Amino acid sequence: MSNETPLLSIRDLAIEFRNQHGVARAVDNVNFDLWQGETLAIVGESGSGKSTTAHAIINLLPGTGRIAAGSIKFDGKELVGASSAELESIRGREIGFVPQDPMSNLNPVWSVGFQVEEAIKANNPGMAKQAVRAEAIAVLQKAGLADAAARMKQYPHQFSGGMRQRVLIGIGLSANPKLLIADEPTSALDVTVQRTILDHLSQLTKASKTSVILITHDLGLAAERAEKLVVMYRGKVVEAGPSLEILQNPKHPYTQKLVAARQVTPRVPHTSTEVAVKVSNLEKVYSIKGSGFKSTPFTAVSGVSFEIKRGTTLALVGESGSGKSTVAKMVLGLEKPTSGEIEVDGKQLAGMKPAALFDLRRHMQPVFQDPYGSLDPLQNIANTIAEPLVTHKVGTRKERQERVRELLEQVSLPWAISTRYPSELSGGQRQRVAIARALALKPDIVVLDEAVSALDVLVQAQILDLLAQLQDELKLTYLFITHDLAVVKAIADEVAVMNKGQIVEFGSTAEIFANPKQQYTRNLLDAIPGAKLL
Amino acid sequence: MANRNEHFVADLAASEVAEIDAVRISEKPTNLYLDAWRDLRKRPMFYIAGVLILAVTVMALFPGLFTQTLPNDNCLLANSNAGPTDGHPLGFTRQGCDIYSRIVHGSSTSLSVGLIVTAMTMAMGVFFGALAGFYGRWVDALLSRAGDIFFAIPYILAAVVIMSVFSDYRNVWVISAAIGIFAWPSTARVLRGEILRVKQADYVMASTAIGVSRFKILMRHVLPNSIAPVIAVTTISLAAAIVAEATLSFLGVGLPTSTMSWGNDISQAQVDLRTAPQVLIWPSLALSITALAFIMMGEAIRDALDPKARAQR
Repeated sequence: MSNETPLLSIRDLAIEFRNQHGVARAVDNVNFDLWQGETLAIVGESGSGKSTTAHAIINLLPGTGRIAAGSIKFDGKELVGASSAELESIRGREIGFVPQDPMSNLNPVWSVGFQVEEAIKANNPGMAKQAVRAEAIAVLQKAGLADAAARMKQYPHQFSGGMRQRVLIGIGLSANPKLLIADEPTSALDVTVQRTILDHLSQLTKASKTSVILITHDLGLAAERAEKLVVMYRGKVVEAGPSLEILQNPKHPYTQKLVAARQVTPRVPHTSTEVAVKVSNLEKVYSIKGSGFKSTPFTAVSGVSFEIKRGTTLALVGESGSGKSTVAKMVLGLEKPTSGEIEVDGKQLAGMKPAALFDLRRHMQPVFQDPYGSLDPLQNIANTIAEPLVTHKVGTRKERQERVRELLEQVSLPWAISTRYPSELSGGQRQRVAIARALALKPDIVVLDEAVSALDVLVQAQILDLLAQLQDELKLTYLFITHDLAVVKAIADEVAVMNKGQIVEFGSTAEIFANPKQQYTRNLLDAIPGAKLL
Repeated sequence: MANRNEHFVADLAASEVAEIDAVRISEKPTNLYLDAWRDLRKRPMFYIAGVLILAVTVMALFPGLFTQTLPNDNCLLANSNAGPTDGHPLGFTRQGCDIYSRIVHGSSTSLSVGLIVTAMTMAMGVFFGALAGFYGRWVDALLSRAGDIFFAIPYILAAVVIMSVFSDYRNVWVISAAIGIFAWPSTARVLRGEILRVKQADYVMASTAIGVSRFKILMRHVLPNSIAPVIAVTTISLAAAIVAEATLSFLGVGLPTSTMSWGNDISQAQVDLRTAPQVLIWPSLALSITALAFIMMGEAIRDALDPKARAQR
């Protein structure tokens, strides 16, 4: 392969999907080149066509999708219109693929070893059984599994998410392909795991001079990992070129917005002496059902103590399984603590009578993570927002309607959506509705459990702005739970870092970012993608 | 990109950046049931099934609109197993009664058994399924095991036993109860599974945090979101109930011969199958078409209520 011609060359690519209303063009006029040994990142928000473009290369378009126009030239061969036999010989052997979700992309009924061997056999027909096995072990070793030979017999559920993604990367690279397509390979994983996986991936591909197409929604991650960026927006490439140049000198307004969203202006700290929420020595032990009648205790949260001052934000940061959401549920009175005390507005939560707890709920409301799950799909928006008012018998019908109108205005949504159902709204808009519902009873305290984690960067920035603005207007106290340290800077006054059910570090946001004392906190901070680039 | 390191920027006029997260709403509100209704109205199967069901219903309610001949009057043995004549388009039974009139008047029996059984299974299935799925723990354990016991007994067999025991009280209500009492566990099971899924949703937790009572959450949020598959299953099982009534009547443990029923007519026609097949064929056809109509309707509803199936068409 000469250095004069690119390994992959996409020209005027257009992809269409057929639906009830006719044909929709999901991707239009996409052009880019990829040379051997290069890593190229396709960046874009959900629905921008980034995954669709990548899937088109190996002809894995879902459902009714088809390539409507353009050409995809790989290693001198035209892939558009190639026969399925030709594509099969390229897929896996010359172009490897690492899928997005490590949890669902390994078949749970076959051992991991079997699945790796299957991939090797598919790409090397006629290989001896012993050789296949040896090769599979080598692949798993290369993927970073220490005791590869022993783990061959294990099943996917015995592997952690990171381990599974390593296996999938191993399968993707097993045939030494010239090109590896990685579709959001780490978006389901914790940041620290993400970092080791991506380090590992780049190490492997650098060694074998494999070209990589990395698909991601995270501009920082893309710039950090790839030499070249392709920024996609609504099915079109809006900007492409060397990563650092784009990051430092974005020319298209959309890219400029993306870059701006990454440069968070640190928040002016809010302070107060009045305590709104006080948690001391909180502990939660679940009993995990074992075989038969046995059950083993599992400590999800232990020895957690903190205070949130009125009108300020405390961010509870930690990776999945650190116990942060369990703390949130206990503060909300949705789970009973095993021991320890929670005081809200000076009132003890433990031993509270149902009527008192009901009253307390007026002062404390949650916003949950999943914008697609937190609104009842069969209730229209006005009814959803009015539910707290109806439940607490606030006002007359007319007054309630007026309040809903006011709340919609506060979260910048038009009144016209009040008779509509959640299915018509985007993730960000649903989250606004959830915020409006939380604010309906004029609470003092709002518990935000990963409330912006599922949103696209620009929408996320918008919601964070809204939350900050509402906090100032309504003097709200926030308990902000997140795994994403990048958003903490924009919203939190104080940060508590949780690991394995305990708070390992506590301090003001500025302190934590400038001078982390614990290794765990340092790891978290270092793992923020692209942190060092900006 | 002719150059390897070219910095490409799209034409700004052709790729304008829209307002972030702008609200775009359609002309009409949409949710699962509204979408399903709109989808149904585009399906030929829905109309065919609908017209058939409507026809049977009108026939059952107002038999006088279809025939002036009464089913058991003017039965002349001279007409026994005779072919069609003027005013008697389908011929005569062994007893010399008008087949067409008997079919028209028999429709109300089939339909009422179907509706009563369905109402019963729906009421019992939804009640027990919702309790088991939503409250879980010992309620679930108790109700699910009770359901399993009913499941273990084939409902036709159970109905035969019940009808034999209550042989002196054979009427539409008793036969419906005999079928329904063993049919509800499947409805309960479908609903229980759905409720187990729906009750995990964040909106249930959000309502709990608002302070909505458990029962209200079940009625307002959980049930409406889990009832869709039950509706589809129930429509199809209505057909099964109609067939079950005919089966029991055919076996001689159904309704008394004095009651007009397609099952009874089929039963009585078997002796003359070779000589006068029309006596058997017409009521069988009426039964099949009615059952088919409800099955088609159930399938249309099931597809319409499944957003995934809708998207794939």
